[in-house]
Amino acid sequence: MKIPLSWLRDFVDLPDDVTLLHEILDDLGLVVEGVENVGAGLEDVVVARVEEIHAIEGADRIRRVIVEAGAGPIEIVCGAMNFEVGNHVPLAPVGAVLPGNFEIALRKMRGVTSNGMLCSGKELGLGDDHNGLMLLDGFEGVHPGLPLLELLRVSADVVFDISPEGNRPDAWSVMGVARDLAARFSTTIHDPAQRVSESGGTARASASITAPELCGQLLVAEIRGVVVSDSPSHVVRRLEMAGMRAINNVVDASNYVMLERGQPTHPYDVAHVAGQHIGVRQAQPGEILVTLDGVERELGRPGRGLGDTGVDCVIVDSKDCVIGLAGIMGGASSEIRADTCEVLLEVAYFDPMTIARSSKRLGLRSEASHRFERGVDFNNAHAAMNRFVEVLSWSSPDIEWVRTQHSEGILPELPVVAVSTLEISALLGTDISADEAARLLRFLNCEVTVAGETLSVRVPSSRLDIRSGEAGRADLIEEIARLYSYRRLGRRTPTWTQAGAWSARQNLRRSLRSTSVGMGWLEAWTPSLGSDEDFELTNPLGTKIRITNPLAAEESVFRSSMVIGLARAWSRNQERGNGDVVLFEIGSVAVHPNDAPVKRLARGGNAGVQEVLLPSEHEVMTVVLGRVDDDAVSAVASWRVIAGRLALADTDLVQSTGPAGWHPTRYALIVDASTRAVIGRVGEIDPALMVNVAPKARVGQRLGLLELDIDVVGDSQQVLRRSLTTPVPSKFPAVLFDLALVTPLSVSASTLARSLRAASDVVESVELFDVFSGGNLPPDARSLAFAIRLSARDRTLDEAEVMTARAVLLQAAAGLHAELRGAPLL
Amino acid sequence: MSKPTLDQLEELVAQALSRIEACANGDELTACEAEVHGKRSAFTQLQRSLGELEPEARREAGSTLQSARRRVLDAYARREGVLAEGERQAQYEADRLDLGDVVAAHVRLPLRAGHPGIIATTQATLEDVFVGMGFTIADGPQIETDWYNFEALNIPPAHPARGMWDTFYVELGEPETVLLRTHTSPTQIHLMEEAVANDTLPIHAVMPGRCFRRDTPDARHLAAFHQIEGLVVDEGITFADLAGVIEKFTKEYFGPEITSRLRPAYFPFTEPSAEFEITCTLCRGAGCRTCSQTGWIELGGCGMVDPAVFAAVGIDTSRYSGFAFGFGIDRCAQMRHGIADMRAIADNDVRFLEQFS
Repeated sequence: MKIPLSWLRDFVDLPDDVTLLHEILDDLGLVVEGVENVGAGLEDVVVARVEEIHAIEGADRIRRVIVEAGAGPIEIVCGAMNFEVGNHVPLAPVGAVLPGNFEIALRKMRGVTSNGMLCSGKELGLGDDHNGLMLLDGFEGVHPGLPLLELLRVSADVVFDISPEGNRPDAWSVMGVARDLAARFSTTIHDPAQRVSESGGTARASASITAPELCGQLLVAEIRGVVVSDSPSHVVRRLEMAGMRAINNVVDASNYVMLERGQPTHPYDVAHVAGQHIGVRQAQPGEILVTLDGVERELGRPGRGLGDTGVDCVIVDSKDCVIGLAGIMGGASSEIRADTCEVLLEVAYFDPMTIARSSKRLGLRSEASHRFERGVDFNNAHAAMNRFVEVLSWSSPDIEWVRTQHSEGILPELPVVAVSTLEISALLGTDISADEAARLLRFLNCEVTVAGETLSVRVPSSRLDIRSGEAGRADLIEEIARLYSYRRLGRRTPTWTQAGAWSARQNLRRSLRSTSVGMGWLEAWTPSLGSDEDFELTNPLGTKIRITNPLAAEESVFRSSMVIGLARAWSRNQERGNGDVVLFEIGSVAVHPNDAPVKRLARGGNAGVQEVLLPSEHEVMTVVLGRVDDDAVSAVASWRVIAGRLALADTDLVQSTGPAGWHPTRYALIVDASTRAVIGRVGEIDPALMVNVAPKARVGQRLGLLELDIDVVGDSQQVLRRSLTTPVPSKFPAVLFDLALVTPLSVSASTLARSLRAASDVVESVELFDVFSGGNLPPDARSLAFAIRLSARDRTLDEAEVMTARAVLLQAAAGLHAELRGAPLL
Repeated sequence: MSKPTLDQLEELVAQALSRIEACANGDELTACEAEVHGKRSAFTQLQRSLGELEPEARREAGSTLQSARRRVLDAYARREGVLAEGERQAQYEADRLDLGDVVAAHVRLPLRAGHPGIIATTQATLEDVFVGMGFTIADGPQIETDWYNFEALNIPPAHPARGMWDTFYVELGEPETVLLRTHTSPTQIHLMEEAVANDTLPIHAVMPGRCFRRDTPDARHLAAFHQIEGLVVDEGITFADLAGVIEKFTKEYFGPEITSRLRPAYFPFTEPSAEFEITCTLCRGAGCRTCSQTGWIELGGCGMVDPAVFAAVGIDTSRYSGFAFGFGIDRCAQMRHGIADMRAIADNDVRFLEQFS
């Protein structure tokens, strides 16, 4: 909200130091988003009369103009065309510095010297009009040489652009901001409003409320003898500084009062309000209203929003015809026109939540709804009406304010909240005396009685955000702290006995990340939301977790895999000539509850009483290996590095058919050897997908893939770790030999290796070092060559022991139908 | 070959179909197509001969021919599909690899420096600071209900404060009940509910994670971003403790010459609430463009846990009080690395990724 300093000064005496005021407003929680110096830079601008206009040879967009500004003719080059000889226009002489730090210098164009600049309204910061010079002929007392600010009867002003916090109904007005400043400067508020009397005339207007829970009170004033015209210039100027546009004196007076006092009012043309009656009721489902903005709106229908019952509050006339959407926007039928001569002014209190819901549902926000949904000060209504009449009388002096009609609904109770100094220091950690707290709260119009160390506070109607009971106590303590200044509150570094610690998950992530980085991989970051098409590439049959209100179709589905996102990231780099990399990501994917084997229920719905079925989320690590020679093989080798780093007890690769997106014949599930829990998957991207996700990839480029389910890896029940007990390696010489075993394809290398390792306690290690198939081997078998290392902790193995061990190993192999290569197959 | 006649059409079709079916690969099929379809094929000749007929008869013959041709083309397309699928399967078979037989020693990986992501490293540094200050670390889900994201945090449905967070809703259950969390605060509610259920209060935890707001991405924001949230619920906790923790964190993370200050703000879930600002890290408080000449930059929000929040999770306020704070991990990263446009994060350009450690 933009507030001119001069307006604040109508209410409270303030120092001139703008920087100080800025800082104080911030410290009061009235955050200043910007400070504008209006009228600054116009001090040197004067009125000039156009004396002569000449064309400049060879130029059709500029002319040579001679003006008189009180001190003899001045030659100017000017590009505007909207003036004639005799017009009065603003002149910025050489040396003047216009708003925006624009310094006017002597310029020469087409051989003509320009001794200054004739200005448009926009160049002077006095309006948006940039179509030509600002014409000053209509102003009273205009004559050459007169300073422009004097002519316009304005003085330079400072405008604070304040962004009030969402809970502060009072801060949406000049008066409310002034009240806070008065508290900080320990001074009093003085209201500039003059009391205006209602005439004794007989009122023809009437007011009624038939929805008392939607409308707490309704005041309707009948104002006769109105002459619709422009507002006086100081009203226009204040509205403009506050960021509103002047319309006519009636509408302007309404806006002026709203900005000044936070009370929206609505003027109706009596001639277009049947029966001169203003009634408030709930809208019937399906009722139609054309609002002031010309849009036809259907009312009374529940919207999509949670807890929205479709209640709209409307203003009706005596025929029960809807003429306005209460608290949000008036109807087009009864708006103020040039020929309006009698006005009905509605000043009301509407239920904040009703206005909030209607305004959200209808997508219609106005300055009025903004204030009503925060709760306007209902004790301020009569003063606001008085001020409206006063402001209107400045331009329409012969108006008559006929007796105000008053109808009452249910107004919110103003709670009385007790707060003790003990409670204040328990929450703030700073001691503030009862008297000081009471003094501060009284600035906010709180009624405070102090009994010993306890304050009993009646919340003012200007602060309907302050709750009752315990919550209200916290609200009041915040107000005390705010007015006292947060910067004066104490600080203490608390200590507690609990040790800080990373979670097991955190440590796991760190291990995975450091291992990945150690292998030369780069961590990427891909969006969680993707397109339907990308989702289907890896999950063609899955139910999509769809966003109701996406920003774009490409970001409308929550990912169920990170493979495509990472592959596309790789592809972008590859197109830029940086494709020789591995990208990995640790992030969340989700499964729709329709597809999830284990359902995730959470509290939801109104008041959290409903159970809602949620998608199950998984944290996964996905790796796309895209270096020149990468493929499923390097993906497997990388997995082994990670498994080793995580000290996993033993894992198996279970060859199976790759799912959508993965290469069907180069794929394996990673499972825990004991629990058989699926840890992840390893393989390659389906080559058929490369055209889509990496269209410019080298022919034959394979993308190795590795995906780990971190939720499973992190669960030590599902994935067993190596024992912490660590044997010291034997100091005695080891015996090394190789075994090439012709093994049926149905027996995996890891199964065989595991069996060999377990065969004898002198086996130190078993490593696969070669695989051979074809030749004279049977088609359903291959030769697996293992390097065997034998040792004993307490001795050097003798030849007999080695022979025995070898026999035991071969026996173990035979148990899996693996035979020594070269030996006759049975 | 003698000129075919329309009487022979059925026979021609049958022949073509059987030839198509007999094709064993793509090349044969292409050859076959020329025979069935080419300029000298029987169908084309028949087509040409139509001109000799009377208009009525021509129309009828034309349509008969057309449908015959269609049948042949369909068969062709079908066969093409079957063959392509076969070829793909054959390709897959040729590619077949038993991943259990991978010999790790044969894999030669190039040497190259790896790099963690900017968000991850920033988050890790922040976590380290908080762990050093006695906090534990907790995670929470990204897909939440209105209860955890809003209502338990004292933001009832249609409350104007909901407008502070532009929310992505998920098409699930009743409208607007399931959403992508707009902040990490719902994790606070989970933590408190669990602590109450398991009787494990107090809580001293930070909660980092990805959040979403329905904002068009620009140089400073992505629709997905990262926050870190802190929650302390213990006996005798005051606003002074909150200010002390913020100050200690500021010094630990940004350096000893950076300080913090609080100013009043509004968050529905804290009361009193504050926005916390730190000395501008660029100008060290002297005033520059980044801090709008104020010497201060806004970092995050904080406050004392609102009694309504404690009521929602069932924490006894006569015994416990607490504070919460939260701020953007992305913003810390952006400040620390002077990143002009945050959209670079989602672009994943290797030249960008290689700069973080």
